Amino acid sequence: MKGADVDIVGVSKFFGSFQALKNVSLSISKGEFFSLLGPSGCGKTTVLRLIGGFEEPDSGTIAIEGKNVIGLPPDKRHCNTVFQSYALFPHLSVFENVAFPLRIRKIPQQLVREKVMRYLSLVQLEMHAAKKPSQLSGGQRQRVAIARALINEPSILLLDEPLSALDAKLRQHMLMELDAIHDKVGITFIYVTHDQQEALSVSDRIAVMNMGEVLQIGTPRQIYENPATEFVARFIGETNVFSLKILSIDGTKIYGEVDGLGPMFVDDETDAKPGETVLATIRPEKIRISADLPNTNGGRINVLHGIVAEPIYSGFQTKYVVQLDTGMMVTVYRQHANWSEGIPDIEWKDEVYLSFSASDMVIVEMHEQ
Amino acid sequence: MKKQVGLYYSLPQIMWLLVFFAAPLGIIIAYSFLKKGLYGGVEPQFSLEAYTAMANPNILIVTWRTLKMSVIATILTLLIALPCGYSIARSQNQAMRLFLVIVPFWTNFLVRIYAWIAILGNEGFLNDIIRALHLRSESVQFLYNQTAVILVLVYMYLPYAILPLFSTIDKFDFTLLDAARDLGASRFQSYVRILLPNIKSGLVTAGLFTFVPIFGAYAVPLLIGGKDSYMLGNIIADQLTKTRNWPLASSISMTVTILTTGLVFLIAMRKPREQKQVFDADPGLITPVASGGR
Repeated sequence: MKGADVDIVGVSKFFGSFQALKNVSLSISKGEFFSLLGPSGCGKTTVLRLIGGFEEPDSGTIAIEGKNVIGLPPDKRHCNTVFQSYALFPHLSVFENVAFPLRIRKIPQQLVREKVMRYLSLVQLEMHAAKKPSQLSGGQRQRVAIARALINEPSILLLDEPLSALDAKLRQHMLMELDAIHDKVGITFIYVTHDQQEALSVSDRIAVMNMGEVLQIGTPRQIYENPATEFVARFIGETNVFSLKILSIDGTKIYGEVDGLGPMFVDDETDAKPGETVLATIRPEKIRISADLPNTNGGRINVLHGIVAEPIYSGFQTKYVVQLDTGMMVTVYRQHANWSEGIPDIEWKDEVYLSFSASDMVIVEMHEQ
Repeated sequence: MKKQVGLYYSLPQIMWLLVFFAAPLGIIIAYSFLKKGLYGGVEPQFSLEAYTAMANPNILIVTWRTLKMSVIATILTLLIALPCGYSIARSQNQAMRLFLVIVPFWTNFLVRIYAWIAILGNEGFLNDIIRALHLRSESVQFLYNQTAVILVLVYMYLPYAILPLFSTIDKFDFTLLDAARDLGASRFQSYVRILLPNIKSGLVTAGLFTFVPIFGAYAVPLLIGGKDSYMLGNIIADQLTKTRNWPLASSISMTVTILTTGLVFLIAMRKPREQKQVFDADPGLITPVASGGR
């Protein structure tokens, strides 16, 4: 495996009196596509700048390939960055932008030409070598920035929200292209984004951050299916959260009560004891919505009753916001598979039953404010 | 109709330029081609004498010296103004720092020159310190030489260089410096290869704003300088007031004006060509693509 591993241990960073990072620890493996995901201001870009050498931590250590890099300036580190604004040099042509790192190293002209053309062809920009950055489209600039960051053959590529300036369609396309480039060059990619879809679709692992802290590290599936905290559950996709007072626990079988809604079954691991109150979440696509009382078959199925407050049709699915008898709003997605097979349509103000399996529910940590 | 309205609006401006710029310039041009009057003034008689008189070796020496001193002073000014403008642009407190740059303008030009005399003079502040520290028992002669003139010229025109440099650097995207460092450039390389080419327009403006007035300097060399630092401005004044050769004063003024405007034009003309050069840099580059048959 090419690339390098990065070990960040107990890093804190202050900007004035503002604490941007609180005791952050991350371990990123060689060749991994690792994403830092969180809302703006959560500290994810600061982590990237620390790895790149643009900032120094106030405490903690950062090691690349097992070697401490604190105090090493950016030009002495084996990583390169794709900046959010691309940071292409406006006075240089596309060719000279990509050639810049080679010019600094005083590589002979013949080799420069050969290598630059190879990297420009990696991002399909050979045709535009003589143009100035201002003559390129957003997606093309993006690709110049990638080629320029890769030409020094770094062991780590740092990407700071590289797609945020592109429109939605192009963003999807570039994301797939990035993934393909990652497969081709095989080095470690560290990718900062606030877009959960982006992070879920390409990452090997994701670290979800908020307010300077790492809340959860895991594969996209783990992060989505088994969020550790309420914040992670709410930030990645949509979710419904119930405040559950635990009555009894038998292994992973949790039986509790939600204020005003009655008993609820949850199948998950928890450290909580009976009598305590925890947060239980269920994703909208895991809830079935029906006009008739569903057959629970004696299994561990939760059933809730309410009225459709808002049906939102969006082509491939309909999103229903259902108001429960207690006034609580629950979001449900209903896919349109077998739409025409006589299932009665559910409309605004219809009385409905919501049912979901105990095993689809997840207990999450309360979000500290 | 619309065009005519624009003309009316710009009338005050046109009048101002006519009365205070075009007319005096016309008078100077006219005087330079006339015969010199006996006690100053001119005789209404065409003559090229004023221009042939410029071949005087004294005037040529002073012209060369003025050029040399102006170039040195301009370069020094830019070298000081560049880090100043940069640090103001990157400062959290731009308004305060800009205010400090502009503060000296509130004091009269001549008063500031006398302030320098008070600092550098034989009984001045600097010599007081030197004596108090017993470095030398006698005063050091700081004033009345080229170095002193250049020093005060640099001081006088520093704000004119700092302000345009600041405004250009302020628009510069500092992420580009991060990117250069990231791609392997040292701090110095990132300034030379990325910052300087991108603030070229500010450098040119700052250079012109200092070079042009310094080239026509009069008061500073008169009050601070000695025999070795007489500049063209002083010669013109001498011709006007002492020698009373108004046509010669006019012809030298014309030459200075033509030289400096010529310089400005040269720089203005050079710019677009330069941009084009960068655009099709390395013509050999196109070949591999073209031969690729795309």
